[in-house]
Amino acid sequence: MTDFLPPFLLFFAGALLLPFLPRVGRNLLILLVPALGFVLIAFMEPGQSWHYRLFGLDLTLLRVDKLSKVFGYVYVINAFCCFLFAQHLKKADEHFAALVYIGASLGAVFAGDLISLYLFWEVMAVFSTFLILARRTERSWNSAYRYVLMHLFGGLLLLAGILLQIHDTGSVAFDGFSVQTPATWLILIGFLVNAAAPPFSAWLSDAYPEATVTGGVIMTAYTTKTAVYTLLRGFAGWEVLMVVGCVMAIYGIIYAILENDMRRILAYSIINQVGFMVCGAGIGTAMAINGAAAHAFCHILYKALLWMSAGAVLYMTGKSKCTDLGGLYKTMPLTMIFGTIGALAISSFPAFSGYTSKPMIMAAGVNEGFFWVWLILEIASAGVFLHAGIKFPYFVFFAKDNGLRPGEPPKHMLAGMAILAFLCIFLGVYPQPLYDILPYGVDFQAYKLDSTLNQLQLLMFSALAFFLLLPMLKRTETISLDSDWLYRLGGRQLFRFCRWAFDGLNEQANRLFAHQLPSLLARFFVNPLGNVQKYGYRLWVETSGIADQQERVTAEIESRSRHGAYPVGGGVLLAVMFLAVVSLLLYIK
Amino acid sequence: MKEKKVYDWFDHPQNIRKLRYGFYTVLVLLVLPDFFLHKHTYFSAVESVPGFFALFGFISCVVIILVSKLLGYLLKRREDYYD
Repeated sequence: MTDFLPPFLLFFAGALLLPFLPRVGRNLLILLVPALGFVLIAFMEPGQSWHYRLFGLDLTLLRVDKLSKVFGYVYVINAFCCFLFAQHLKKADEHFAALVYIGASLGAVFAGDLISLYLFWEVMAVFSTFLILARRTERSWNSAYRYVLMHLFGGLLLLAGILLQIHDTGSVAFDGFSVQTPATWLILIGFLVNAAAPPFSAWLSDAYPEATVTGGVIMTAYTTKTAVYTLLRGFAGWEVLMVVGCVMAIYGIIYAILENDMRRILAYSIINQVGFMVCGAGIGTAMAINGAAAHAFCHILYKALLWMSAGAVLYMTGKSKCTDLGGLYKTMPLTMIFGTIGALAISSFPAFSGYTSKPMIMAAGVNEGFFWVWLILEIASAGVFLHAGIKFPYFVFFAKDNGLRPGEPPKHMLAGMAILAFLCIFLGVYPQPLYDILPYGVDFQAYKLDSTLNQLQLLMFSALAFFLLLPMLKRTETISLDSDWLYRLGGRQLFRFCRWAFDGLNEQANRLFAHQLPSLLARFFVNPLGNVQKYGYRLWVETSGIADQQERVTAEIESRSRHGAYPVGGGVLLAVMFLAVVSLLLYIK
Repeated sequence: MKEKKVYDWFDHPQNIRKLRYGFYTVLVLLVLPDFFLHKHTYFSAVESVPGFFALFGFISCVVIILVSKLLGYLLKRREDYYD
C-alpha cells in the first residue's frame, strides 16, 4: 500500500538509515528522500486517511486534503534544495536532525488529530534545536537553550489546551475551532508561539542566526509555516489574527531596519512575512486561505533562497555583520544575482513569486472591506522592499567595499540556489500550477495593468526613499532589545534575587542549626547534671536576688564536675525524661 | 591558485551616475501612465489620483525609517549587552 505510506515515515526511515552509510551514500540518500516524498505526496488523494487507536482514542496519523498537500509539496521541494545546498557537510549529525525535523513537520501538516499533531510538534522543537547546537559555539549553545525552552513553553500551552479541549468536547479532531473557550485560546497561543507572533517572537531572531549555515536555511521553512498551516486549519476567520498579523508585519520591518547581522535581518523579515499569512488566516475567506497558503508556498522558496545566499556569504567569509561585509558582488556575482532574485521575490516585485501570492491575501481583505488591514499591509509591503528587498543585497553585496574577495561558494550550493531562483521566477510569471493545487478554486488575477502599475510605483518610490535616506540607515554595531530581554536579563535578575533571598536564608539556617545549636548542645551534654545544677542555681540567684554565696556554690559545682562526682545515670535520666516529654507531646497531639 | 575574476562596475562614478539617471527615468515613466489611465479603486477615490501609490510608498518608507530611527535610540544596545 505505497499510497498509504505517510511521508513522515519515509523521512524517519531515511534518518535511521543515515548513520550506516558512507558519505557518498548519505549525500545521495538526503536527495532521494525528498524526491520520493514528492512522488508519495503527488499520489495521495484528498480524502485518504490512516487511523489508529491509542489509549482508547481514535487518532488520525494521516489526513489528506488540498490544504495539507500544498504544504506537503513545498516542504519536500524545499527539503530537496536545502539538502543539495548542504552536500558539503562531512558529518551525519546535521543531516540526521534535519531529516527528522522535516519529517515531523510533514507529519504535523498531515496529522488529522490534536494528539498526533502535538507529538510531531514536540519532535520538531527538539530536533531543530540540534541544527543550532551543531554550530558548536558558546553563543549558539546559549541560543539553542533559550530556543528549546521557549518551544517547550509553547508546547506546554498547546498540550494544556488540547487536554482541556478533549475534556470539554470529548473529541481529539483537529478541524476549524468555532467557539472561544480557554481550551481553544490556549491552543491558539501555542500555535502563535511557533508562528513567532510578538511577544513570543524573540526566539526566532535569537536562534536562527546562530544556527549553522545549512541549519539556518532549513529551519526558516518549517517551524513557522507549520504554525501558519495550523492557524489556517484551526483558526480561519478569528479576527484577532488580523491584528496579530498586522503587528507582526510592522514589527518585522522595524527590527530588520535596526539590525546589523544579515541573517538576523532575514530572520526579522520571516516574522514580517508570516504576519501577512496570519492576517490571511484572520480574514478567513476562501480567497484569504488560498492567498495565505500560496504565500506560504512562495515564501518558503524565496526565503530559503535568501538564507542560502546569506549562508554562502557566511560560509565563504565567516562574517555575517553588514558592517563587516560589502562589495561582495565583485567576486560573488552569482550569489549576488540569486540573492537579489530572492530579495525581489520577497518584495513581491512583479514577475517574481511573491507578487502572485501576497496580493491575493490583500485582495481578500479588500473584498471583506477591512480598510485598516489593507492599509497596514500596504505600508508593510513598501517596508519589505526597504529592509529585505534593498537593504539586504545592498549592504552585503554593494555599499562600502570592505576588501573581502571570497569567491563563489561550492557548485552544489549554487545549484541549490539556482533551482530556487528558477522557481521564484517561474511562479511569478506562470503561477497557474500553484493556483491549481490551492485548497479552493482561484478567482484572482495577479497581473492587471492598474494593480501591477500601482505595485511598481509603490516599490520603486520605496527604493527612492531608501536611497535618499541612506545616511539614516547606516549600519551600527549594535543589537536591539526585544522581548527576550525578559528572560535573558530579567531571568538573570530573578536568579540574582533568588540567590540573595534564599541563599541568605539558607546561610542563616545553616549557621543556627548546623553549627551553633549542635555546639551548644555538645557543651551541655559533656556534663548534663552539673550543667543543670549550675544553670538552675544561676536562675534561682537571679530571681531571688540572694547572691552572697554565689561564687562559692559555683566553684563547688565546677569542682564536682571536674572530678566526675555526678552519677553517670543522671545523663540517662535526662534522656529518658526528654523522651517522655516528646512522647507525651505526640500523644496529646 | 586560479585568479578570481573581479568585477568593479559599481566602483566607477560615471556608472553610478548612469544608474541614477536610469532610476529617475523609470520613476517618471511609472507615474506618467496614471494621467491617462482609469484605475479601479478599493476604498476611496483618492486612490485614483495620479501617482497616489508612488506617494504612498514613499511616505510609508520615510515614516518607517523615521520611526525605526527613533525606536533605535530606545532599543539599540552594544553588542556585548547580554554577555
